[in-house]
Amino acid sequence: MAVAVISTVPAATRRKRSLRSVPLKAKLGALIIGAFVLVAIIGPYIAPFDPSAINSGQSLPLGPNGVHLLGTTSFGGDVLSQLLVGVRSTVVLGLVTGVVATFLSVVIGVSAGFLGGFADEGLSLLSNAFLVLPALPLLVVILGYLPNAGNIVTAFVLSILGWPWGARVIRAQTMSLRSRDFVAASRETGERTWRIIFFEILPNEVSLIAASFVGTVLYAVLTSVALTFLGLGDLSSWSLGSMLYWVQNQNALVLGAWWWFAPPGLCVAFLGMGLVLLNFGLDELGNPRLRDAAGQRKIGGHAWRPADPTPVLRELQLSQRQLAGALAAEGSGLGGDTSSTARRFVGGHRRAGRGRGDVQ
Amino acid sequence: MSFIARRLATYIFAAWIAVTVNFFIPRLMPGNVVTTMMARFPSLQPGAMKALEAEFGVGHAGSLIHQYFAYLVNLFHGNLGLSTNYYPSSVATVLAQTIPWTLILVGTATVISFALGTLLGILAAWHRGGLLDQLLPAFTFLQAVPYFFLALLAIDAFALHWHLFPNGGGYVMPLVPGWHWRFIQSAVYHSILPALTLIVTSMAGWMLQMRNVMITTIGEDYVLAAQAKGLANRRVVWTYAARNAILPNIAGFAISLGFVVAGALVMEFVFSYPGVGYTLYNAVTSDDYPLMQGIFLLIAMAVLIANLLADAIYVIADPRTRTRAAY
Repeated sequence: MAVAVISTVPAATRRKRSLRSVPLKAKLGALIIGAFVLVAIIGPYIAPFDPSAINSGQSLPLGPNGVHLLGTTSFGGDVLSQLLVGVRSTVVLGLVTGVVATFLSVVIGVSAGFLGGFADEGLSLLSNAFLVLPALPLLVVILGYLPNAGNIVTAFVLSILGWPWGARVIRAQTMSLRSRDFVAASRETGERTWRIIFFEILPNEVSLIAASFVGTVLYAVLTSVALTFLGLGDLSSWSLGSMLYWVQNQNALVLGAWWWFAPPGLCVAFLGMGLVLLNFGLDELGNPRLRDAAGQRKIGGHAWRPADPTPVLRELQLSQRQLAGALAAEGSGLGGDTSSTARRFVGGHRRAGRGRGDVQ
Repeated sequence: MSFIARRLATYIFAAWIAVTVNFFIPRLMPGNVVTTMMARFPSLQPGAMKALEAEFGVGHAGSLIHQYFAYLVNLFHGNLGLSTNYYPSSVATVLAQTIPWTLILVGTATVISFALGTLLGILAAWHRGGLLDQLLPAFTFLQAVPYFFLALLAIDAFALHWHLFPNGGGYVMPLVPGWHWRFIQSAVYHSILPALTLIVTSMAGWMLQMRNVMITTIGEDYVLAAQAKGLANRRVVWTYAARNAILPNIAGFAISLGFVVAGALVMEFVFSYPGVGYTLYNAVTSDDYPLMQGIFLLIAMAVLIANLLADAIYVIADPRTRTRAAY
């Protein structure tokens, strides 16, 4: 019978399947970010040259060769070394800003959503007001007053301006969780407020907090690179932004030195793409409808979709042949079996088969 | 409290924050407009310092509260002080010259990008797994590329190599800005490349968001019911699915306006475009503090007003906001 087919799947296969159910986008994003974090950790140690070293005899950028794998800048600086050293400060700035801003948004979002009333009104007003303040111009003005601002100041200001979006989303989720039965139950049993928040509410917001963290890191990376490119960030140390600043400043594009301007730009793009992909993956994890289009089919010019493409349905499609065989062996397969699993699967099978079976 | 009244309160509060931050920044930070002026004109006698302090309204006479109210009164009269860079022009005069450039270029580019991105998002969601949907990773990449990098590449390719477009600036130099044909022609020609880069980079975000919401909406039973009763595909797409899925995009449009102005800042820097952003950049690099603050206030207020307008559109688009306090 159907249940037997499902339960004979070995544990190893099931584990593989649960890993496979992590969206491809999330895996790809995590892989890219992992690579960048690795470079951030070991980059400065494996850099073949001193990134700031210059060759006084040189005035034109040198293309990639055996000694300088990614070529040199106009004054003989090794591009690969600059890249390996520079990734660290960009990644660290992004992560630090992400941690600080996400912490702020969790604290403010959860307090607003959980406390309600005047506290909620006040905190919502604050986060909505910060949300509409234009961040980049404000940063430009503040950094304009602090000409020698280091990465710490930049990270601080980015965090102050980066929390409201996450706070808004987390507040909404907290409000919805607060009225659920399991929270009411733990309140009835006399749990303390901090325990309800940390053990009942927060664990249910992990994916939301992770998404907000990833989004904030993306914002911090792109904004800090743009600021440094404008010459307003920390130009004394190597980062992807300061590399791009020198690219623009020393006309690498006009000189046609692609090995000089392409690597830092592509690095930022790939780092950003990794973060965007990871966020999409988290989105898909929370919203199964966004997952791949496997459940869709076209009949007579109409694109028909299964009404409820949940993971259950998708797994079923993989074993549809097996299931069909099992059902055939059982005869009708519907009459005697009243186990809920079997009913769900047969129901799902019918729904998934709609259109294909009925129209053809 | 109704939706609009609530939002209005938020904006008034945000405006107050912007104005207050703008008041405190010069008082907390190092750097002073008078020393900048003294450095700019080395021939000035030390005695001129007092005169300059009086003219620029610094030196901070009176208590902080007193200064704050004097500042507010000045602000309400549109008195933003004098620019050190364009001395003796006032900040308001400089702003009046630069605003139209940014407003026309960035405004047009934003509307086109929003419309095009939303449209493509609808199509990608409806033709799930189709060509447009398959291209999504490419759009993801465009969303993650730093804007200025793409703009630099575009200048390199289209302006320096193929000479299709000018490599920067707002118009050909000897022309005098005004409403005559040759100037308008030149201005439009100079704005094509910046507008294209803005549209290409910002479109992806609209498209992806629209697609994702649309896919969720398409899964709703009422869409299935509409299809099942044999309505034309076009009708189902536009009046059933897209009509409901577009709401988050409209809300996002409001919030992203701040980022649009920010993007314009980098764009104007890369293209040396004579708008508000480039003027802000020049003010920052030459320590023109009054101009810097004036531009920040202007941008903040523009963003707030644009948000208010977007909220009004949202109320029209979503009837639910009219009946209960959706927030």
